[in-house]
Amino acid sequence: MSGHPTYQPKSAFMRWMERRLPIAGLVYSSFVVYPIPRNLNYWWTFGGILAFMLGAQIVTGIVLAMHYTPHVDYAFNSVEHIMRDVNYGWLLRYLHANGASMFFLAAYVHMFRGMYYGSYKEPREVLWILGVILLLLMIMTGFMGYVLPWGQMSFWAATVITNLFSAIPLVGESIVAWLWGGFAVGNPTLNRFYSLHYLLPFVIVGVVVLHIWALHVAGQNNPDGIEPKTEHDTVAFTPYATIKDAFFLLVFCVLFAWFVFYIPNFLGHPDNYIPANPAVTPVHIVPEWYYLPFYAILRAIPNKLLGVVALGGSILILLFLPWLDTSKVKSAKYRPLYRQFFWLFVIVCVGLGWLGSKPPEGNYVLIARIFTAYYFAYFLIILPLLGFFEKTKPVPNSIAESVLGKGVPLGAPAPPPRAA
Amino acid sequence: MSAAEGTRRDFLYIATGAVATVGAAGVLWPLIAQMNPDASTIAAGAPIEVDLTPIADGQVIKVFWRGKPIYINHRTKKQIEEAQNVDVAKLPDPQPDSARVKAGHDQWQVLIGICTHLGCIPIAHQGPYDGYFCPCHGSVYDTSGRIRSGPAPSNLAVPPYEFLSDTKIRIG
Repeated sequence: MSGHPTYQPKSAFMRWMERRLPIAGLVYSSFVVYPIPRNLNYWWTFGGILAFMLGAQIVTGIVLAMHYTPHVDYAFNSVEHIMRDVNYGWLLRYLHANGASMFFLAAYVHMFRGMYYGSYKEPREVLWILGVILLLLMIMTGFMGYVLPWGQMSFWAATVITNLFSAIPLVGESIVAWLWGGFAVGNPTLNRFYSLHYLLPFVIVGVVVLHIWALHVAGQNNPDGIEPKTEHDTVAFTPYATIKDAFFLLVFCVLFAWFVFYIPNFLGHPDNYIPANPAVTPVHIVPEWYYLPFYAILRAIPNKLLGVVALGGSILILLFLPWLDTSKVKSAKYRPLYRQFFWLFVIVCVGLGWLGSKPPEGNYVLIARIFTAYYFAYFLIILPLLGFFEKTKPVPNSIAESVLGKGVPLGAPAPPPRAA
Repeated sequence: MSAAEGTRRDFLYIATGAVATVGAAGVLWPLIAQMNPDASTIAAGAPIEVDLTPIADGQVIKVFWRGKPIYINHRTKKQIEEAQNVDVAKLPDPQPDSARVKAGHDQWQVLIGICTHLGCIPIAHQGPYDGYFCPCHGSVYDTSGRIRSGPAPSNLAVPPYEFLSDTKIRIG
């Protein structure tokens, strides 16, 4: 929007600074007067929550790295040393381990929100793709972090996931040996995973900057899926978004704290408190909960190569979502059929997560196959066709009209937003 | 100087680009190759010798070579017969039992105990064929280590090994 006030430095120092590095002006225009749609709901607070979780993981991770030893003979004991000897080590480790779960929870809510309200559509395709890249980076980082405690689940997760690459014809085995730095998962593997687990969060920070940049170029989508036209459609980022984000972040932190302080091992696996043993695979191996839907897709396919292709495809297909959805209407609010398929998709994703935690036998495999079929059909058949066949509901003329009703003629001064 | 005569700058441009490309590729290779198994890891992967005398009839032992578990199965007569009396053509990865043991040593079966699906360790004497069963994703192998059902694409691999005497083998 044009016409919002620009930053006016108040002190002589800030005037001096602004001529040399206009960072205060950038913050002011991006996070103070930046116009946001006036109809944003609480689902829009998860971007801020994700930024907070990234910061929390980096801070706790850097501290844990001061006490951890990345060596197969010491890694497991150094984690126990953190839990028992290091001051507040138990708290820092539980924050980091449960923080990963909270990070993924927020990311999945954020993505489902984007899908429900069509936030990936023109002009936000690049914004969405950067988000999918962030998800891929999070998956890699989370996996490598899970290997570091060097328990049984760590070791076998590393073995199974790196073996996914052995499905590649001809060069698969060479790639796996290259990833391992040996003939099996061992000390070189642990060392490099530690190095990359430390590196990737900062790559994520870089992509987050691009993600926010792209967001601020296109502007935020909103529950009605229509672009703001006049200043009546928007409010200033501060205080409206700032307080809403901050309030819900604290609500989210209550959930986070409940896990950390009351059920810190609920999302983990007891087997990971057994030191890694290359001679014995745990009877029931499962990944962390946030990978379970993808794991269920992998196991639903009875062929090794095709299973790995389906696993990779289930994530990479998201990159093409902006072009697979052919409907011009963004928000599911005005798409009665899409809304039903969407909620079925959510149920299927959660269902795949549940199936991923079950042994791969009997009816579990059958249901997993049906759900996997729906997962891909949703992107490859339903969304492309729905744009042609669905009769959408009329979209309001403006955000202000949708919020305030048709009583307000366009161009008339809208009533001010309710005072905070 | 007109554009048509700009040969000095064109030359510098192409020469700089070419040297930089070759240089970047030359530096990139060590950065990639350092991740391959190092000299000490390869040296530690030297052949091992295993004495077979203590392994009783029907017993399976596990030894480690190159960080991989190696199953040495002293098969019983029944197991040998079961492994041999199979319609090979009907197997997912057709291979006769004779191609998976050394001639004249039918009772000794040596396998890399790593599931060919995603690398878990199958459990010996488990599954419907009394062979090996992988707990991770449900692959079932018979007493010859051949894949019978489940997602694994191929039979359990046979490591390179030879008989030094009737009771001693060298793996590697």
